[in-house]
Amino acid sequence: MNALQEPSIPLYGKIVDKYHELSAKDAAPLARQSAFHKFQLLGFPTIKNEDWKYTNITRFLKDEYALEAPVVNAPAPLLAKATIPNLECYRLVLVNGTWNGEVVGGTLPKGIDIRRTSDAAKAPEYAGFFTGEFAGSQPFAALNAALYTDGIFIHAAGNAVLEKPLHIIHVYTGDRNFWVQPRHVWAAGRNAELSVIESTVSVSGEPFIWVNSFTGIFAHPDAKLDHINLQIAAENVRLISHTSVHQKKQSLYNNYTFTLPGARLVRNDLQARLEEDHTETHLYGLYLTAGDQLVDNHTLVDHQRPHCFSNELYKGVLLEQSTGVFNGKVYVHRDAQKTNAFQQNNNLVISKKATIDSKPELEIFADDVKCSHGSTVGQFSEEALFYLRARGIGEAAARALLINAFAFDVTEKIKYAPVADYINQLISHHIPVHHAG
Amino acid sequence: MLIIRNLHAEVEEKKILKGIDLTVNAGEIHAIMGPNGSGKSSLASVLAGRESYRVTEGEVLFEGKNLLDMAPEDRAREGLFLAFQYPIEIPGVSNINFLKTALGEIRAYKGQPPMDAKEFLKLSREKQKLVEFDAQLVNRSLNEGFSGGEKKRNEIFQLAMLEPSLSILDETDSGLDIDALRIVSQGVNKLRSEKNAFIIITHYQRLLEYIVPDFVHVLYNGRIVKSGTKELALELEEKGYDWLKEESREKVTL
Repeated sequence: MNALQEPSIPLYGKIVDKYHELSAKDAAPLARQSAFHKFQLLGFPTIKNEDWKYTNITRFLKDEYALEAPVVNAPAPLLAKATIPNLECYRLVLVNGTWNGEVVGGTLPKGIDIRRTSDAAKAPEYAGFFTGEFAGSQPFAALNAALYTDGIFIHAAGNAVLEKPLHIIHVYTGDRNFWVQPRHVWAAGRNAELSVIESTVSVSGEPFIWVNSFTGIFAHPDAKLDHINLQIAAENVRLISHTSVHQKKQSLYNNYTFTLPGARLVRNDLQARLEEDHTETHLYGLYLTAGDQLVDNHTLVDHQRPHCFSNELYKGVLLEQSTGVFNGKVYVHRDAQKTNAFQQNNNLVISKKATIDSKPELEIFADDVKCSHGSTVGQFSEEALFYLRARGIGEAAARALLINAFAFDVTEKIKYAPVADYINQLISHHIPVHHAG
Repeated sequence: MLIIRNLHAEVEEKKILKGIDLTVNAGEIHAIMGPNGSGKSSLASVLAGRESYRVTEGEVLFEGKNLLDMAPEDRAREGLFLAFQYPIEIPGVSNINFLKTALGEIRAYKGQPPMDAKEFLKLSREKQKLVEFDAQLVNRSLNEGFSGGEKKRNEIFQLAMLEPSLSILDETDSGLDIDALRIVSQGVNKLRSEKNAFIIITHYQRLLEYIVPDFVHVLYNGRIVKSGTKELALELEEKGYDWLKEESREKVTL
């Protein structure tokens, strides 16, 4: 293990113990073993690591944590907070990364199989999802692969269509500091259609909870997958979320990531690998940050094959002394001719103490492609604010209207109106009266 | 309704208004004319509360209250309306939601109960018809992609919806073709009453053929240098502004 870090991070010893405990129980411990070795090699990232240059996690790692998540019930107010009014959906709840097996909202259609990750990993027919290139090259993803215990596994068989979205509520709660490392796998078979909405919630004021989550997503040929991620946890949560998407021929994957004020540290790694031709990928993001929050979105669109289309739009609104990071990498391989890849990142910095680091990264090795990127950082339009006030709209309401308007480009992309309404409500709720200066 | 006394204002340390006196009573229409850079639009901005302007001297009473002490939103809630020379485009804010919010805040300020959705819709339809405003524009984002004429007509539609007691039209005629000018003017004529008043700021006499003012004032170099009735506008049309500039220069030298 990275010897330099060891003394300063109390967690290290526990990680080693935990790994030995889990691998002893595992029937097929090889994947864990290689992931663990990978993590040992990489260690926790520091700002010397290019991918973590703007996000210093060292101070967060100094806290004491247990590696076992407590087994508790979901507090009703949290479920109420996560519930999206007027949304027709199937709903399931994971508490500290473990699902109780219940699906609310009706019987799932034929071909849709939902299990605990721990169960699916034992099923021979799904073995392929738990071996192979399991961990990737990122330290937290490797750590997750080495130490995960559970999560949610969703499998849509060929041609299966889930007509209502599946709303997964991740509840995190406990009476002491702990780590939880959920691992999810979602697969849409050939021509299958699936919409997943995730909400992450926690109780404000509770001890620290470090969530290191990994989601592997597989879109088979002609599959359509919609994925909405609502990160609305309270300040006690440190959320590291890695999503690894694998797209096959003519598949469609849409991701919408919303991060609202709350969780002190959020790091999203969203990686879409376009492994076959004629795929379509849309990545939309909105981060509204406040307080001392640090929200870091790292995305990768990896164009491996020809004739693929990707479009990315991330918007940020930064309040108070919060920090935002956007790093959008588009990699176009030499074989990926006729690639269309677009990326845009726009930021509205509301407070003088807020900061944003925006970094588009395009690496293009094919010569017949259309690629573009743009990044802007701006402030409120005083003219627009005056126009609204001159019509009798108070300053706070005017600011809320303008922030909602800025976010509109992203929220309007959601095809479920109740979800868009819910997000707009959340945004308005988080805009306090005075953000000038 | 509005009493302006010895109003001085500056923007970025530059003196723009140098002692304006003006009284507007209910039921009256005042036209303010003058060459470019004379301070016409600045007067409108100062009255509406644009923060880049600093009032250095004088006072403004609106319905007996000190207007200059109020935030822009409170001036609007008290019944002052500025039709902008350059209405802002705000993508993502729907025209109708914007008006609903504005009307809601104005009613709350006045202690009136909120208007229900049905009532609001009815009012909106009524006013759209009154000022010939396209229903499709009502549901679009605020002024986004509107033509110059459509933006100005939207200002008049907003005016109709909010029913202010004093409306200031800041060069509403600029950039309008003759049809748009007619529609805008007809809107104002339908909305004028014994209870409200208008200040119409314009560079040209053309608009005043449609909206007939009770008084015409000429603003030059931050002061009202001449006031009269509608005939003054015709005189200006004929002779231009140069003779007034001469006259005012003489006054200053004296």
